[in-house]
Amino acid sequence: MLPWTIYITFIGVLALMLLPGGNPRTARLIALVTAVLGLALGLGGIAQHPGGFESLVRRPWIPGLHIDYFLGADGISLVLVLLTGIAAVTGILFSWNIEHRAKEFFAFYLALIGGVYGVFLSFDVFLLFVFYELAIIPKYFLIAIWGSTRREYGAMKLALYSFVGSAMVLVGIVAAYVVSGQHTTSLLELAKFPFPESFQYWAFPLVFVGFAILAGLWPFHTWAPTGHVAAPTAASMLLAGVVMKLGAYGALRVAMTLFPLGLQAWRNELALLAVIGIVYGATVALVQKDFKFVIGYSSVSHMGFVLLGLATINTIGLSGAVLQMFSHGIIAGLLFAVVGRMVYDRTHTRDLTQLEGMGLGRALPFAAGTFAIAGFASMGLPGFSGFAAELQVLIGAWSAFPTLTVLAGVGILVGVAYTLRAMQKSFFGDMGDATEVPDAHPLPPITIPEKIGAVILIGTTLVIGLCPGLLLKLIVPSFDLPLFDGLLRGGPR
Amino acid sequence: MSYLDLLRLAGPETIVAIAALAVLAVDLLLMRAEPMPKRLACGAFITALGCAAAAGWMLGSGPPGGFEGIFVDDTLTRLVKCGVLVLTVCATVIAMDSKFTRHAGEYLSLILLATVGMVLLVGSTDLLMIFIALELTSLSLYILAAFNKQDIQSAEAALKYFLFGGMSAAFTLFGLSLVYGLTGSTSLPQIAAHLADIGMAKDPLLLAALVMTVIGFGFKVAAVPFHFWAPDAYQGAPTPSVALIASGSKVASFFVLARLMITGFGAVAGSGAWQDYSPGWVPTLAVLSAASMVLGNMAAIAQNNVKRLLAYSAIAHTGYALLGLLANDGAGLSSLVFYTVTYGLTVAGAFGVVMVVETQTGGSRLEDFAGLSRREPLLSFCMMIFMLSLAGIPPLAGFFGKFYLFTAVAGGAKDLGMLWLVFLAVAMSAVSLYYYLKVLKQIYVAPAPEGGAEAQSPLSSRLLLGALALGVVGLGCAPDLLVGRLLAAVSAFNF
Repeated sequence: MLPWTIYITFIGVLALMLLPGGNPRTARLIALVTAVLGLALGLGGIAQHPGGFESLVRRPWIPGLHIDYFLGADGISLVLVLLTGIAAVTGILFSWNIEHRAKEFFAFYLALIGGVYGVFLSFDVFLLFVFYELAIIPKYFLIAIWGSTRREYGAMKLALYSFVGSAMVLVGIVAAYVVSGQHTTSLLELAKFPFPESFQYWAFPLVFVGFAILAGLWPFHTWAPTGHVAAPTAASMLLAGVVMKLGAYGALRVAMTLFPLGLQAWRNELALLAVIGIVYGATVALVQKDFKFVIGYSSVSHMGFVLLGLATINTIGLSGAVLQMFSHGIIAGLLFAVVGRMVYDRTHTRDLTQLEGMGLGRALPFAAGTFAIAGFASMGLPGFSGFAAELQVLIGAWSAFPTLTVLAGVGILVGVAYTLRAMQKSFFGDMGDATEVPDAHPLPPITIPEKIGAVILIGTTLVIGLCPGLLLKLIVPSFDLPLFDGLLRGGPR
Repeated sequence: MSYLDLLRLAGPETIVAIAALAVLAVDLLLMRAEPMPKRLACGAFITALGCAAAAGWMLGSGPPGGFEGIFVDDTLTRLVKCGVLVLTVCATVIAMDSKFTRHAGEYLSLILLATVGMVLLVGSTDLLMIFIALELTSLSLYILAAFNKQDIQSAEAALKYFLFGGMSAAFTLFGLSLVYGLTGSTSLPQIAAHLADIGMAKDPLLLAALVMTVIGFGFKVAAVPFHFWAPDAYQGAPTPSVALIASGSKVASFFVLARLMITGFGAVAGSGAWQDYSPGWVPTLAVLSAASMVLGNMAAIAQNNVKRLLAYSAIAHTGYALLGLLANDGAGLSSLVFYTVTYGLTVAGAFGVVMVVETQTGGSRLEDFAGLSRREPLLSFCMMIFMLSLAGIPPLAGFFGKFYLFTAVAGGAKDLGMLWLVFLAVAMSAVSLYYYLKVLKQIYVAPAPEGGAEAQSPLSSRLLLGALALGVVGLGCAPDLLVGRLLAAVSAFNF
């Protein structure tokens, strides 16, 4: 059932490409149906999952090079497949107003989603890489054609950063394949191969950083704010929601699993970069004038927690990192939806000073309420998913890096500050003496698709916040799999 | 061995040569009064028929054979020859839309004569045969480059191509004559045996011979620093001619270069591994490869004309393809053939799109592509596939080709000694994405110009480009269609 999440999405792409005429209504319906089917298949796959590692498809693909078409799933994949499904559906709901070249928009959008599903379900390094790069090009076009501020610059920067990152990964994959004797590219088998320590020492940072560029690792994060700001709402939601997770997932799945000794050697440096990212992203977000830049930098900060969790190398920290991937995907999606769709599409400005005088809290109460909830979730208030995830990461990190953990805690405090500042300026600004909203140009009300999308995202973050066990019972047992023996238990058992 | 056997071995070459004469005869005797499109269509039909017959002959002909060390006919050469024939047909179909000449028969028969040379080149294992086939190809290509008599740029292109080509032929001949003097033979297997005795260290003359040969072929495949003819020739020559120069001629040249180096000069390969250098042709070509990748990609960024951009990208791709040669083993040879054939298909497609745009807007500058996706959605999509395949984005053929080359060259030397070249190649392909995206940006993002061209692309182009795009996607998603065959053929190849 799970492989069909990939196939159905690409079938949707084909259907959109072959669709005659340019009716935006039909295009978005096809896209929505495809995305909902993808989500349903993902949920079905999770329900049927037997626990542990499940091999879905494995057949020879390029026998001459011993490369297999190998799809599988463990708890980590499942959680991220679920995230992708939710992000895909809500992203379409928040792009319901796209009229300009709608058919192409949704075709690129679904192509990106299909690639993301593929990455999360691949258990062959070569196949994973194929899906990973497949996701680069749709991002470029989504931003360059439908974006806003400096869209062509933002799109090209994002595409080149991603491609440079994947180029580093490619060198690492080729080297690992050659060193292991060119017998297989399957993750399961490669994870058992004892790569020499001297090899891991340079291969690990190469592959890890290559992936982590996409996860917003400081100082390679600069694509993220410009890319997020330039992108149309749905694309920002996907960028922050799932694309950044591709990077973190690749770093965990490939770099850390294959080269555990390399991780041991570099973990302090990585944790340091992660914490710098947390504090730096939060501090920079505090002084932004553009509403979307605030959210863009907050993504860098929150992804720092994922990377910090990865550097802990213990089950608590790693599970926290995966939970944070999910949680941030949902919350960032919600924040971008409010900023990009609910506010910017109506007011045509994202300047916080201008928004301050508009009294949006009264004009768009639903948007204000949604942003308040999303903001609380983003700050890490208990009861929302962000709290559960970041707490786990910090607990995991405490034993390994006490000083850095305290610094990361400071990052959370700054996070509260920038979120409250943005909330106050955008929605609850001081309008001076005017008590009535100037109704010369009344803002269009929030539409039904937007409300549905917001409710789905808020519901998800609440449910996971109240019982994180729902996801943790998938995530935690995954780290007991033989795949992680090298990483967590010092070599194959 | 009788002459009949020889004719049987040279069947494909004979058939293509007959097709060349038939095209000329039919066009001049029967079709002179007809309108140009009809004459071109008729000629293209005969060409396709000839190429199909030649390919069919190879499929039907029996066990592999050879003729006294002069040329061979085995599965690998048959595969490469089929590739060259397919690329010839592509160039011919692209030419069907052309308006630059009134000499349909001459143009198409020259394409076929160049093909005879290429097909002959692929099977040659003797220095003299190689040189004759090389000259047959080159002379035909010079004329093809000059065929647009109204355009002074076409003449310039041809003259530059001819002068550089003539010079390179002189270098090649000089190098080959030194080899003959050293070994007393012109047949590659015997040369290999002699060279194994001499060895690299004992004879400085051998080094001169190697360098001269490499320079000669360096011109042919447009490797830096012997690339100066390529940008002008690509930009000025008629687009169908460029499609052939960039695709079929490259496949054949690379294959014969590989045969010369791996079969003939295998004993004096040397090593270009990091901190483990020893003289020979491998380090020489490694330097050419690195220089081509860097300069080709960097210079392409600055280009404003798509044909010129593709010329610099071709130089860069020469650098990548040389990696396969550097592996100096079966995997390397197989990856080289895979890469050059898929590159040929991709670049033929790209020039096909350029041809359509040229016909519609009268130029091939980047601005001429603005808004193409609104006017020609199918062609734009094909161009996207071609450009992304050239950039090496999966799941397209260009990506797998690169991956295959990289694993071959990294696995060819012990302790990942050649990984430095892989590093460079991967970094440079990251650079290349920028200029390929620049073309796609014009097509998809830029607004369509006011009152732009309305003309529809001809059906033949749409069919060809659709088929090529399908091929590029197909070979990317299921590379085993070709790789499996290549590996089987290479294992039977006589090194």
